[in-house]
Amino acid sequence: MKPDVIEARDLIKRYGELTAVDSITFSVSEGELFGFLGPNGAGKTTTMKMVQCVSPRSGGELKIFGEDPESSGRSIRKRIGVVPQETNLDTDLSVFDNLAMYARFFDVTPDDAALRARQLLEFFELEAKMDTIIEKLSGGMKRRLLLARALMNRPELLILDEPTIGLDPQARHHIWEKLLKLRAEGHTIVLTTHYLDEAARLCDRLVIMDHGKILVEGSPQELIRTHIGMDIVETDNIREVTVFLESAGIPYDSGGDTIQIRTQKPREIADMIMERFQGIRVITRPGTLEDVFLLLTGRRIRE
Amino acid sequence: MKGPGFEDIATFFTGTVRVWLRNALVFQKNIRVNLIPPFIEPLLYLGAIGFGIGAYITDIEGVSYVRFIAPGILAASVMNASFFECAYGTYVRMYYQKTFDALLATPITIQEVILGEILWGATRGFISALSISIILLLLNLASPVGLLIALPLSFLAGLLFSSIAACFSALSPSIDTISYPATLFIAPMFLFSGTFFPLSLLPWFVQGLALIFLPLTHVVALIRGLLTGGPNPFWILNISWIVLGTMVFSFLAIRLFERRLIV
Repeated sequence: MKPDVIEARDLIKRYGELTAVDSITFSVSEGELFGFLGPNGAGKTTTMKMVQCVSPRSGGELKIFGEDPESSGRSIRKRIGVVPQETNLDTDLSVFDNLAMYARFFDVTPDDAALRARQLLEFFELEAKMDTIIEKLSGGMKRRLLLARALMNRPELLILDEPTIGLDPQARHHIWEKLLKLRAEGHTIVLTTHYLDEAARLCDRLVIMDHGKILVEGSPQELIRTHIGMDIVETDNIREVTVFLESAGIPYDSGGDTIQIRTQKPREIADMIMERFQGIRVITRPGTLEDVFLLLTGRRIRE
Repeated sequence: MKGPGFEDIATFFTGTVRVWLRNALVFQKNIRVNLIPPFIEPLLYLGAIGFGIGAYITDIEGVSYVRFIAPGILAASVMNASFFECAYGTYVRMYYQKTFDALLATPITIQEVILGEILWGATRGFISALSISIILLLLNLASPVGLLIALPLSFLAGLLFSSIAACFSALSPSIDTISYPATLFIAPMFLFSGTFFPLSLLPWFVQGLALIFLPLTHVVALIRGLLTGGPNPFWILNISWIVLGTMVFSFLAIRLFERRLIV
C-alpha cells in the first residue's frame, strides 16, 4: 500500500509561550482535495508552513511522502507546489519570466520550462498576458498565475493557503473551476480557507480548526449530517417566540436578531410558528457548513 | 553523522548561483536605470573634489591629488554599491516583495538564498568598479595593469561589504532602521578611510581605530597601491582583513537570517 501523502500525528508548533498548533492528527491520501477550515488565527497557515517544510515542528510526528521534513526538506519541497496567501510574484518580471525563472529552482530545463509555462498559461487563460509585467495584472490574474507557478514543477502535492482571498465572485468561481479540474486529473490538493462555501464546494474531506486544535473531521455532507441534522428553521428573535419554543420544548440558538432551530421536521415547526405569530418572518433551509462552523467555533468576533 | 559529499556541495553551489541569476535577471530588465548611477557618481567626485578642490592641493605621496583620490573613489563606490544592495535591496526582497518566501517554497535553502544575495551584492560592487575603471582609463588617471588586478579585488571587497550589510538587514526591525548603519558606519568609513586624504594625517589612535574597525581602509590601501604604483608594505594584512571579515560576516549573516526567517 502506498503511504499517505501527508501524515501528521500529535503535531505541535510553539512560538515562545504561544501554542499555534496544538497536537493535531490528520492524514491526506493521494488524489484527495483536503481542506483546513477555521477562523483567523486557528493555526491553518502554521500547519501549512510545517507541511511545506519551511517551518520546523516543535513536537509530534510529520511525514510527507513518507519522509521527515527535518531531514529531507529539500527533496520533499521538490515534489510540492505552493500557492502562498500573500502574492510574491516577481513584480519586475513578465508573466512568462516569472514562470520560467521559478522552474529553474526545481532543476527544470529551460526548454521544458518554456513548454510547461505555455501549457499552464493556456490552462489558466493567461496566454494573452504572457509578456505583461506583473503590476498590470488584476488580483484574479495574479492568483491564477501563482497557481500556474505552483504547477511548474509538476508537483505531487499542491498546497494552497487561502487561494481566493480578496477576489471578486467571478474570479473565485474561475479558480474553483480550475481546482476541480486539477482534482479530476488526480492531483492531491490541500487548501486552507475561511470561506465556507469554498470548503463545501471543493473539499472531499476537511477539518475544522480553532485555537490550534482540530475540532472535527469529515466530508462536508457528513459534518452537516452529524452536527446539524437535516434542516434549519430561522425566524425573528422575539421574546414571545422564545417563550413559546421553550414551553414547547424545542431547542434553539439565538444570535443577533435571528433564532435558529435545528430540526428533522422543518415544515411542522415553521407552520407552528406561523400559525401563532402573524406576519413573522420564517425561513426553512438545509443545513450548511456555515452552521456547523458557527456551532463549533461560536459567534464571537476574532481579532 | 556523515559530512557533506561532493553532490551536496554541487547542489548547494547550484542553488546559490540560481539565486544570483534571479537577481541578475531582474537587474538586467532595468539595465538602463541601473547602469547610469555607477558612471555618473564617480565623475561627480572626480570633477568636484579631484579637479576642483585638487587644484589648490599639492601632490600627495608623489602623485597629483586627482590621481590620489581616484583609487579612493573606486573603493568607496564598491563599498556603497555592495552595501546598499544587501542592506536595502535584500530587505526589500525579504520583507516587501516576499521573494525569500517564494524561494524557500522551492528546493532552495535559506543558506543558498543569503549567499546568493551576498554574491549578487558583490557583483553590484564589481559593476561599479568596472564603470569607474573605464572612466579612469579614458582620463588616464590610473595604471591599466593596476586596474586589471584591482577588478577581482573589488569583487572580493564587494563580498565583504555585502556580508556586513546582510547582517544589518537581518537585524533591522524595519527598513528605516537600516539608515543607522548607513549614517553611523558607512558615512564615516567613506570619509575616514584614507579615501580623500592620507590616513597618516590622523592622530595615531584614530588611525588604529580606522584600521581595526573600518574595512574600507584596507581596500583603499590595496587599490591605491595598485593604481598609483606606490608601495604598500601591509598588503598581506589588508587582504587578510578582507578575506577573514568576509568569512565571519557571511557566516553571521546566514545565522541571523536563519534566526529571523526559520521560525
